[in-house]
Amino acid sequence: MQVLSFWLFSGLAIVSALMCITRRSAVVSAMWLVLTMFSLAALFVILGAQFIGAIQVLVYAGAIMVLFLFVIMLLNLGRDEPTDLPGRLGGLIMLGVATVLAVELWAVTKIVPVGEIRLPAGALESVVEQEGAVGAISGPLFRDYIVPFEITSVLLLAAVVGAVVLAKRRL
Amino acid sequence: MPFLQQSTELLGSALAVSAILFSLGVAGVLLRRNAIVVFMCIELMLNAVNLTFIALAQQLGRDGHVFVLFVMAVAAAEAAVGLAIILAVYRHKQTVNLDKVNLLSG
Repeated sequence: MQVLSFWLFSGLAIVSALMCITRRSAVVSAMWLVLTMFSLAALFVILGAQFIGAIQVLVYAGAIMVLFLFVIMLLNLGRDEPTDLPGRLGGLIMLGVATVLAVELWAVTKIVPVGEIRLPAGALESVVEQEGAVGAISGPLFRDYIVPFEITSVLLLAAVVGAVVLAKRRL
Repeated sequence: MPFLQQSTELLGSALAVSAILFSLGVAGVLLRRNAIVVFMCIELMLNAVNLTFIALAQQLGRDGHVFVLFVMAVAAAEAAVGLAIILAVYRHKQTVNLDKVNLLSG
């Protein structure tokens, strides 16, 4: 059941990602990307990260994609454009990417996690059962990773200021 | 919970899916000339990396989940700033075609 749904959502994610990079209209691309994000959220839940799956839907499929659609509509780019996929050069690029991908997939089949750092089977699930899906993440986040967490808030502030400065015609 | 207990066997498959999604993102960035689509492909690559983190967190502990949160925060900041840059460029050049945006090439 779980393996089946994993492959179902994997296929959905890959197909919609493929549609996303080949559609001519930016709005259609964005819609396919939303479907990719939803499939990835399902994959996260299948892989035992329920809270991250929920955040994926909220932040990516919700906030970030709405931002993209907002800009597309603001610039009036929704109409179909003549395809911008290049011909022969594009084929060469695709060949190169496909070669790298083949090597990656070959390497992935060879992967064996090192025994000493490997968790016993079901360790993550038992933590989630004890502390809840949110507690399992907020524990390390506010204990071991509190400095990166605070730095992230500075990063977001810088991004807000930067976006306003860049997008505003004149301050 | 039997539904959750076999999920560790999916590590190799999840890494493979992640590699495929990342390659699709790379292909999109290299092939497309529309700046907004290029941006969406970058988001696709970040998501593929998130999938890798989640898959490996099954084996190596929940620190991977925390790191995914940081990646998402960086992605949100990057999307806001990047789209602001696209807005500024569009105002200047009336296009988002990356072949026509060569302000720095003199």
